Amino acid sequence: MSDPTTPLVATPGQTIGPFFGYALPVAGGELLVPASHPGAVRLRGTVYDGHGDPVPDALLEIWQADAEGRASTAEGSLRRDPFEFTGFGRTPVDPAGRYTFTTVVPGATTPGRAPFVAMTVFARGLLDRLLTRVYLPLDEDALAADPFLAGVPEDRRHTLVATRDEHGFVFDVRLQGEDETVFLGHGSPA
Amino acid sequence: MTVAAGRDDSHIVIPLSGRAALRPAGRLPYVAGVTPTTDTAPDAALATQARIDAEIAGIREEYDAAGREETRPRLDYAPYRSSLLRHPTKDLHHADPEGVELVAPVFGHRDVGPAEADLTIQHGGDPVGERMVVTGRVLDADGRPVRHQLVEVWQANAAGRYIHQRDQHPAPVDPHFTGVGRCLTDADGTYRFTTIKPGPYPWKNHRNAWRPAHIHFSLFGTEFTQRMITQMYFPGDPLFALDPIYQAIVDPRARERLVAAYDHEVTQHEWATGYRWDIVLTGTHRTPMEAEQ
Ligand SMILES: [Fe+2]
Repeated sequence: MSDPTTPLVATPGQTIGPFFGYALPVAGGELLVPASHPGAVRLRGTVYDGHGDPVPDALLEIWQADAEGRASTAEGSLRRDPFEFTGFGRTPVDPAGRYTFTTVVPGATTPGRAPFVAMTVFARGLLDRLLTRVYLPLDEDALAADPFLAGVPEDRRHTLVATRDEHGFVFDVRLQGEDETVFLGHGSPA
Repeated sequence: MTVAAGRDDSHIVIPLSGRAALRPAGRLPYVAGVTPTTDTAPDAALATQARIDAEIAGIREEYDAAGREETRPRLDYAPYRSSLLRHPTKDLHHADPEGVELVAPVFGHRDVGPAEADLTIQHGGDPVGERMVVTGRVLDADGRPVRHQLVEVWQANAAGRYIHQRDQHPAPVDPHFTGVGRCLTDADGTYRFTTIKPGPYPWKNHRNAWRPAHIHFSLFGTEFTQRMITQMYFPGDPLFALDPIYQAIVDPRARERLVAAYDHEVTQHEWATGYRWDIVLTGTHRTPMEAEQ
């Protein structure tokens, strides 16, 4: 670090609460590309609580590279131009806990690493945001060779890998319980 | 008793009405408008404030005894009933950020108009309440300003009412106040909003539960891993000690980081009171040379 002083302590997070619905969702927030885009795929899933019941008041965000593996620096994630890929999506889940993004398969960004879609989970009842990664089941060899995935206990690894359906991919988020999704911490290892 | 149907948990009833009754007693998340007829679910909605206070105090005593400093909220914090089934039970899995995690979405003037930072001018009339300016800087853990990045806020009106269909608190809606704002930080990392001081409001975590007045803040950094949503509070709120969401940050110094300071330098002559609140995001992972690019 260029600054030798003690790092500042981060401000704590708090729950998104129940009343974000009129504030954070934006028109077309779930459309990283229009469905008519030639490379469009659907990424959908359901958010579940510890009883396996859908969570009807979560907000999900995704952030990903484009098909060539480039991170966009384009503005316009809140006021979208369908011809511009910003790489960012935001959507509330529906009353059955389901979400749908329309996007493209991200290209590789880092040699030797499987590409992924970064995902943030917010919900009432969730006191701080959770971060995870959505890996896509396209190149089994790349997934098998990925050093991060290799470090995830084998019995939990599948929670980070979407499954396929006819229009793209399915990735459920399980906040708690059996098959609880692997959520990530990016600070120093504890 | 009057039940403000729709507060916080009530919408769970809508799609899942038949299923709620099947939950095992004792782990039943609170369901608004449903008064337990038996005592089989002692942890459910109508715990008293005294009961919640005792739970908060018990966790605090354990924390003090452990002697290990925490800086973030607990995810598993039973006094906040809605967290019971929504907190991960396993530790976060450490990941070195890679690829897109090392950068963040870019927002700009295409996304945010300058008028969106003034929540008092959105409806052709003056909203009721205490006009206030809230400003501060968004910094990373190394003290560097987070420049030209998006800050979003939402809040209740002066009477403690949100413009949200699920908010049925019988307090007046203000036709001149929506309570949503956006801005971009400047080159110094400074954000600034003009708004109305929000009122406290009741919720259904337990009987006679009230949230301290707060403004919800949503923030991005220069890396996606810094993404965060939090709440800003006002100094000296008598509801702090009673609120399980605020108290879920068990360390008193950590939770005081969410309390703005009254700042007379921000207060404007014959116009608005002023509050200052700086926000520190988590550290970045790039080297200083990369970060300057
Ligand atoms: Fe709130």
